[in-house]
Amino acid sequence: MAKVLLHRIAHLLFTLWAVATLIFCMLRVLPGDPVEFKYISEGGSISAEQLQVQRARFGYDQPLPVQYGRWIAGLVRLDLGVSVWSENPISQEISQRFGITLQIAVVALVIGLVLALPLGILAALARGTWLDQLIRVVTVTGQSVPSFWMAMLVILALLSTTGWIPSIQEVSFTEKPLEHLAQLFFPALVVGWRLSSVNARLLRSSMLDVLGQDYVRTAHAKGVPPPRVVWRHSLANALLPTVTVIGLEFAGLLGGLVVTEQIFNINGIGRLLIQAISFNDLALIQGLVMLFALIFVVVNFLVDIVYALLDPRVRVH
Amino acid sequence: MQRLPDAVIESRASLAAVRSAAAPVLSVRRLSVAFPGEQGRVRAVRDISYDVAPGEILAIVGESGSGKSVGALAVMGLLPPHTEVHADEVRFEGRNLLALTPAEMRALRGGGIGMIFQDPMTALNPVMTVGDQLTEPLRQHLGLGPQQAQQRALELLGLVGIPDAVSRLAQYPHQFSGGMRQRVMIAIGLSCNPRLLIADEPTTALDVTIQAQILELMQSLCRRLGVALVLITHNLGIVSRYADRVLVMYGGRLMEQGATTTVLRSPRHLYTAGLLSSVPTLEGPLTRRLSAIEGTPPNPVFLPPGCPFAPRCQHAQSACADEPVVARTDVGTESACRRAGEMAAHRLQWRAPVPAQARDAAVPALTPLPMPPADAGPLLQVESLEKHYAARPGFFSRGVGVKAVRDVSLSIHRRETVGVVGESGCGKSTLGRLLLRLEEPTAGRILFRGEDITHRRHNALRDFRRQAQVVFQDPFSSLNPRQRVADCISEPMRVHKLAGSAQAARAEAERLLGLVGLRPDHADRFAHQLSGGQRQRVAIARALAMQPEFIVCDEAVSALDVSVQAQIVNLLADLQERLHLSYLFIGHDLAVVRQIATRVVVMYLGRVVEIAERDQFYSQPQHPYSQLLMSAVPGLGDGAAGAARAAIPIRGEPPSPSAPPSGCAFRTRCPVAMPACAEQMPPLHTLRGGHQVACLRHA
Repeated sequence: MAKVLLHRIAHLLFTLWAVATLIFCMLRVLPGDPVEFKYISEGGSISAEQLQVQRARFGYDQPLPVQYGRWIAGLVRLDLGVSVWSENPISQEISQRFGITLQIAVVALVIGLVLALPLGILAALARGTWLDQLIRVVTVTGQSVPSFWMAMLVILALLSTTGWIPSIQEVSFTEKPLEHLAQLFFPALVVGWRLSSVNARLLRSSMLDVLGQDYVRTAHAKGVPPPRVVWRHSLANALLPTVTVIGLEFAGLLGGLVVTEQIFNINGIGRLLIQAISFNDLALIQGLVMLFALIFVVVNFLVDIVYALLDPRVRVH
Repeated sequence: MQRLPDAVIESRASLAAVRSAAAPVLSVRRLSVAFPGEQGRVRAVRDISYDVAPGEILAIVGESGSGKSVGALAVMGLLPPHTEVHADEVRFEGRNLLALTPAEMRALRGGGIGMIFQDPMTALNPVMTVGDQLTEPLRQHLGLGPQQAQQRALELLGLVGIPDAVSRLAQYPHQFSGGMRQRVMIAIGLSCNPRLLIADEPTTALDVTIQAQILELMQSLCRRLGVALVLITHNLGIVSRYADRVLVMYGGRLMEQGATTTVLRSPRHLYTAGLLSSVPTLEGPLTRRLSAIEGTPPNPVFLPPGCPFAPRCQHAQSACADEPVVARTDVGTESACRRAGEMAAHRLQWRAPVPAQARDAAVPALTPLPMPPADAGPLLQVESLEKHYAARPGFFSRGVGVKAVRDVSLSIHRRETVGVVGESGCGKSTLGRLLLRLEEPTAGRILFRGEDITHRRHNALRDFRRQAQVVFQDPFSSLNPRQRVADCISEPMRVHKLAGSAQAARAEAERLLGLVGLRPDHADRFAHQLSGGQRQRVAIARALAMQPEFIVCDEAVSALDVSVQAQIVNLLADLQERLHLSYLFIGHDLAVVRQIATRVVVMYLGRVVEIAERDQFYSQPQHPYSQLLMSAVPGLGDGAAGAARAAIPIRGEPPSPSAPPSGCAFRTRCPVAMPACAEQMPPLHTLRGGHQVACLRHA
């Protein structure tokens, strides 16, 4: 087991190194200098010498191999560097905003699963009926409507029916817990619905597949009551492909958050990424991309473990 | 077919008579099943009637599409909704099953009626422990608590011969071998003391030694516990060895029904007679061709009026288009054949159709290869061939290395058919792929026409491939579903630039179709528009397109129905004679191999344990494993001679190829093993007549 785990971790580190290298190269290929951008963009002016001094301060005067070496060496020490724009350490910028995003992501994941399970199972059991059709309409809409549009619709719907929307200012949980949750809930709903749509459709087809399997027929031949055939004999098998996709869909969930946070004016890391890109803050973009990559690989690692728990065939003997 | 001593027949027949005199457990009258299909209404079962008595074994035998499984599922109420099930009555212990509510039916399923399915690999739930799956019906039907259910589950595993029951209960199905899984299925089927057990092809997916173990087990349990068994099968040998009575189905209808020995010895339906003559046997005289039934089983959507067998019957009359009537025959069986009376009076016998060769004289043959000079040496020679697969660790598991083929040496002469037999995992298919250079050998040499081709690459390898072709087992997956038959056959010609133009390739494809007994218009069809037998003919035509000298037939007839299998075996024999081909015929069915092979190679766990000329091998197999295999095959003559052959008790299952026993790999199951067998692997030892055997008892 330990050997397998080490193998997996080595694999994981390699993936992260590859992402680090790729994002470094991509950002260096694109035009634009973060220091120049900071001092010149908004009509400011700065002498060439001053610019050089500022560049040197952030290390952008070095040749690319040296910059790359520092970037990787920093990563090893868990030092992501300093933001050119705010001049704060990037780890500090991220840690201030990470909490709210994580909360939304978890709520979105819960919503995604809570909606997907009944929708997928019902659609499979009611295959070909009006209920199946109705669920198909809901899930296809969820998959095809973009997050930002859905976010705006939710806000409009709230305004037109209740005349209320969650506060634009951040509300802390300790002071106003309900309002804090409301602030989380609606963006999470937008992102979670999309996730649930993908999963519900997948669960429907894998459930149909499982219901046609020989071992389900065996269960009927044993006289097992139909509800137990669904819950005990079919669901765990049908969940296997869904679990794999949840790991992959997590990337989509994070992507959805980038846009949704912007619309709900939530000061999370999604918004931070948009800001970083608009300020051309290379170090901050790199740091955030590394964070996303880390979340993605860790989630997929967890998915593998969940998979092994669900499926005895892939467990270690 | 072998004749049984009359005393045996009478004792079995009277036993059957006594049993059926008792009140039947299951009584089916005029059962019909139909459901909507894509091409139209499928009338899967029509007017089937039968009874099963306690402790009796009734075999329902038929080819695919005969409705034998659908009929049983209808009794169990397991058919999907929208299925029309009609019957005058389906009575189980006096209760009409068709009038029961779903809840009442559920109480019977797994309770009073147990069922065992075909494929033990898929019939058990992969994410539930065997214990959970076994205790579920106990708690459901018998209302046992967790402890009682556990206790009863342990007893059941003991009953079906699974050792180490306590730890086995906590394991998952994938930790069991196929044979052990089927034992678990039997335990589940028997768990709630059923009075009726329905087994749907329970051993079709298993090796022949395991098949014998499972069927012996089912037979003895049914006798001991007085359970009525409905055994659905396509294998007439199984019927002969294990069933008291047999019901023959074809095209959804009952053809013939009666005591097994009577039906098999004195068939009173031309279909039964034809089917019996299609079955290759382990003993008795050999004819060059099997007397096959022409054509293919009917599509249940487009059944002819009257007798469904009439279109394939040599003796059909105009009256056969009328509704068939089941009547009692002179030997006490029931037959739906209009000419049963003539068969009884010996005025009519099943006659094999005219051999295709005489009829197809108009089809231009391929240029036969020039006859090789007598001293030309073997076509293909293999020296100390080895194939090892390295360990490949997975995400959560450590891989295990397997030595699939170990130290195999053999030669194949021109116009010879070498049959390779052995159970799954013995390396026979790997050997075939090695000979075709589809796999790289780990060590050893392969000589083709005296030239070393072991390490040939690129063009040289392609030249060899032109002369060595293959026909695979499953014609459903070995033909590209998006290619028309003509493209499928002419593709290798294009690759090897054998055809001058598209027209020439097309003409050649049509000629090859004629050669394998298909019509030119089959060239425009897709694989899914053909029957299994037709597809296998296309696969053979594709192999012939290269004008090869050597063809590997890897279980090439194993997936086919008995009547179609006989046609393909005949076709292969005819082609060999006309084109001077050499075959490596890989198979698990010893009787089919006897029909086609001139020499037989027996493999066990990667090694060759015996090589002999056909007649030598089948009359006097020398290796204990060969003897065991032979005794495990149920034959048509069983009940007498078969019972004698079955006398060798079969122990255990083949060990895992990744951890073979030391010394002789067979010693763990061998009835005559000695301590010395654990120490060294005996080399192949030549007896008189060139008979080679790897056994210390013969060294």
